[in-house]
Amino acid sequence: MIQQTGTLLVSAIKNGTVIDHAKAGSALKILSILGVENHDNVVTIGMHLPSKTSGKKDIIKLANWEITPSKANLTAIFSPSAVINIIKDFKVVKKYQVELSEIISGLVVCPNPKCITNNESMDSLFHTQKNKQGVSLKCHYCERTFKQEDIKEYHRA
Amino acid sequence: MPKIGIFIIYYLVPTQSGLFLNKFMFSTLKGRDIISINELTPAEINSIVKLALELKKKPQPNLLAGKVMGSCFFEPSTRTRLSFETAMQRLGGKVVGFADAGVTSAKKGETLYDSIKIVGQYVDVVAMRHPLEGAARRAAEATDKPVINGGDGANQHPTQTLLDLMSIKETQGKLNNLSIAMMGDLKYGRTVHSLAQALTHFNARLYFIAPPSLAMPEYLLTELREKGIKFSVHESFENIIPKLDVLYMTRIQGERFPDQMEYNRVKDVYRLTVADLKNAKKNLRILHPLPRVNEIDYAVDKTPHAYYFEQAENGLYARQALLALVLNAI
Repeated sequence: MIQQTGTLLVSAIKNGTVIDHAKAGSALKILSILGVENHDNVVTIGMHLPSKTSGKKDIIKLANWEITPSKANLTAIFSPSAVINIIKDFKVVKKYQVELSEIISGLVVCPNPKCITNNESMDSLFHTQKNKQGVSLKCHYCERTFKQEDIKEYHRA
Repeated sequence: MPKIGIFIIYYLVPTQSGLFLNKFMFSTLKGRDIISINELTPAEINSIVKLALELKKKPQPNLLAGKVMGSCFFEPSTRTRLSFETAMQRLGGKVVGFADAGVTSAKKGETLYDSIKIVGQYVDVVAMRHPLEGAARRAAEATDKPVINGGDGANQHPTQTLLDLMSIKETQGKLNNLSIAMMGDLKYGRTVHSLAQALTHFNARLYFIAPPSLAMPEYLLTELREKGIKFSVHESFENIIPKLDVLYMTRIQGERFPDQMEYNRVKDVYRLTVADLKNAKKNLRILHPLPRVNEIDYAVDKTPHAYYFEQAENGLYARQALLALVLNAI
């Protein structure tokens, strides 16, 4: 990301992962599910950066940390448009768009306080659906459907 | 569990007067958990309703002899619990259970999962009600025995929908192509949500009559639109009644209203009297999941349109049919 003056808004990394084209405002949620605080590598984030395709976007750079596709796909709950770039020696060696899993188990806390999953020691389970408005999640147990902005709490992946 | 429909095999039976076509129905409901009305296919709904009507006409007092139902009511219920227990006993089965979670190990901190796992080892089928949403589905994971949901919080109450459908079939002779209005609290009433979803299988024309503050939730209207169901939304019922085959009423619950003045304004608007029915079709039947407060005037009870008490009775037969089918006794 280069500003008009030619300086980088978010510095480049030598090795690691760049999560690009994340939905504007989703970076903090993505960092939280990835459990970034447990890593001591350099993490750079940019939020609300200008984007040619979507107006605004977030970007996350994880130095010396190549995230697995299954972990990367978790970010799709908050940002189905995110693109994962694996960087080796400043070059992109692998690039793919995240894929939304049909089922998300044990990660999202059901926003319905009367859902059995919030009252018994057990994993939550959601069925995902992608639509024009974004991603919706239907709880397997209480059968309620939530939009991504309704999801406030989640367990770390 | 996979849904694979119902297989019907016809075969010829020699009798004195010739060969007769007979049929065997291998029900996909054998051993099934009945958690949500959305999981039943139209064929399965039809088979339950048909059997319920048959059991009403011809009781089968020994059908479930030797079987035991666990009646696990973690929250108070009168009609649902008593009709489940009576249904089992009228078919010759036995009932064990509790009507209050306070007498169970749940009070000692036992999980629902553990409680149902143990109960499942004692009984052949579990009928349950629980205040938490999704509890019945969780319970079904704990045991291989069929679990029948008798209400999980504000979520599902499939046996209510089945007895509603049975009452519609009984009074109208069919389930397809009927004009059905739902009136009252359409926002919080789980019975109207489940019934509307079930009726999408039967090409109903639906009328939703409610104050804007208690209107049918948008997600449900979207579901109906996607399935091509014709419906309209109204605030008053006067012009609608002459068009209807079924009027399904619900109680407007005062405690749901954030504004008591708004409640006072609408509570009498949705009060059905005999005069409101003067232009009704002859076959119009009024249903109500009960209890009613003042939304149906007592004088309506004496008209041929009133069917809510028979509807409550039908709960007995709808639950008998379900128990017989999940226990594979038919």
